[in-house]
Amino acid sequence: MTEKDLPALSIADLQSLLRRREVSAREVVDALRARIEAVDGEIGAYLSLDLEAAGKEAEKANVDLPLGGVPLAIKDIINVMGQPCTCGSKILQGYRATYDATVIQKLRAAGAIPFGKTNLDEFAMGSSTENSAVKLTRNPWDVSRVPGGSSGGSAAAVAADAAFGALGSDTGGSIRQPAALSGVVGFKPTYGRVSRFGLVAFASSLDQIGPLTKTVRDTALIMNAIAGHDPQDSTSLNELVPDYAAKLGNDLRGVRLGVPKEYMIEGIDPQVKAAINAAVKQMNSLGAEIIDVSLPHTDYAVAVYYILATAEASANLARFDGVRYGYRAENPRDVLDLYGRTREEGFGSEVKRRIILGTYVLSSGYYDAYYLRAQKVRELIRQDFAKAFEKVDALISPTSPVPAFRLGERTGDPLQMYLADIFTIAANLAGICGISVPCGFAELDGHRLPIGLQLLGKPLDEARILQIAHAYEQSTDWHKARPPVASAAHKA
Amino acid sequence: MAGTSELDVGYVARLARINLTEEEANAFQKQLDDVLKYVEKLRQADVSHVEAAAHALPIFNVFREDAANEWFTAEQALSNAPRKANDLFIVPKVVE
Repeated sequence: MTEKDLPALSIADLQSLLRRREVSAREVVDALRARIEAVDGEIGAYLSLDLEAAGKEAEKANVDLPLGGVPLAIKDIINVMGQPCTCGSKILQGYRATYDATVIQKLRAAGAIPFGKTNLDEFAMGSSTENSAVKLTRNPWDVSRVPGGSSGGSAAAVAADAAFGALGSDTGGSIRQPAALSGVVGFKPTYGRVSRFGLVAFASSLDQIGPLTKTVRDTALIMNAIAGHDPQDSTSLNELVPDYAAKLGNDLRGVRLGVPKEYMIEGIDPQVKAAINAAVKQMNSLGAEIIDVSLPHTDYAVAVYYILATAEASANLARFDGVRYGYRAENPRDVLDLYGRTREEGFGSEVKRRIILGTYVLSSGYYDAYYLRAQKVRELIRQDFAKAFEKVDALISPTSPVPAFRLGERTGDPLQMYLADIFTIAANLAGICGISVPCGFAELDGHRLPIGLQLLGKPLDEARILQIAHAYEQSTDWHKARPPVASAAHKA
Repeated sequence: MAGTSELDVGYVARLARINLTEEEANAFQKQLDDVLKYVEKLRQADVSHVEAAAHALPIFNVFREDAANEWFTAEQALSNAPRKANDLFIVPKVVE
């Protein structure tokens, strides 16, 4: 094991070395710094780094803590005290967080070292990270393609071995979809399982923070640290948190897996379909019973989502008015001019588009037709899942209907971009938990592009979803594959 | 400015306090007309027996003690202000 090889380790393997004192936390930070310098010019995963402070924290690290001495990357929409929090937006350029989000406090208490902020679609609105006002992030498997989004920087950093693990946020698939497209594990906990305090709000009834990692075990380790009730978030659930890592096993006997027929639609890439079918067979051979189920209101999910998410966003983003923080237009005539120009100049196109749509669906005369109706259909979607979970322990589907698309391929057509989240959105509407794990590759234009398998579970049934995902993952080699950009840096 | 839906981008942008260039307003009108056409499919859903979902999971009233806590100092609260003076945010005059 040379210093060059350290960044390729999983968190669990890194911890073994740290605890046997075969490597110091300081050496880990230095190795990570070298890797980021080698690959991030090409990938563009990070918006800011604070490796000086991370190095100092590492020197004091207690490696016997649950995540002692483990550096973690944080999506730049989660407040880390003293660090920037741009949300990928011009409107928050220069902003410095004045407090730690609850998840950051919890990670620090577990010994982890938050060292850098990762790129995202502006205010997490997007599925490719191309809506970042700051920079482009490229997919480590093919740099002409997107890493997915909105947590594309976190996914690409982990995929390129430029982070041991990362936090993202998932409002309609923003952890799971980039995890699938970049070939890593991405987990959205049950709504309310992880505190949202300190996460800049996009759609408050849908947002949830979760990990992106190289393995399911690493996700379990991070979940152990960040899950739990927080009085600062009134939607956080006051429920016991099990030891997720202790419950992992390799057996799927007795597990009932549902395949929703509505998710095997036309328009799924044939290579994605083949990979999912193979994964279903594999899980069957590990002892799982495969059961056909139906989620009859699936076809409404994207429409419901784009009404509710934009409505909530239009209210949440009203706070960006140029008064208390962030960008302010120069020489405003009066206060309306200040608001109007600050928001014109500070927000990017997708954010403006969504605020306008959200304002419209909440406006007088349209509220019942759009917002109220969408809330009712949301309830039908929630009931679909509740009924399916009477018969099965988890649902299985592709995470994304297609592998990573090309940079620029979908930016001209917002509706096409919205449809990238077709399999992930319903889980946020229903508040359930879900994971994406690597399950194969598509061959396209001479590149191998990762495919993700999505498992959805009952509310608060994270432990079981992680068990199933872990058992599947450990029976394959998909999670061990490294992208060309990471391998090149290893050899360099 | 009218598109294929009842949405008037210029009017709603004013409600949302966002100035738009004419070019941007025209592009949004077309794109959001497409989105609104897509969401029309919700009219087919039978919602006659459904209560609107307020929360995905059952959360009811959440109470806590109304107690004072240590929180930001004025200096911290103002640390990101675009303009400030005397521990206050400076904004354009709003009353004559």
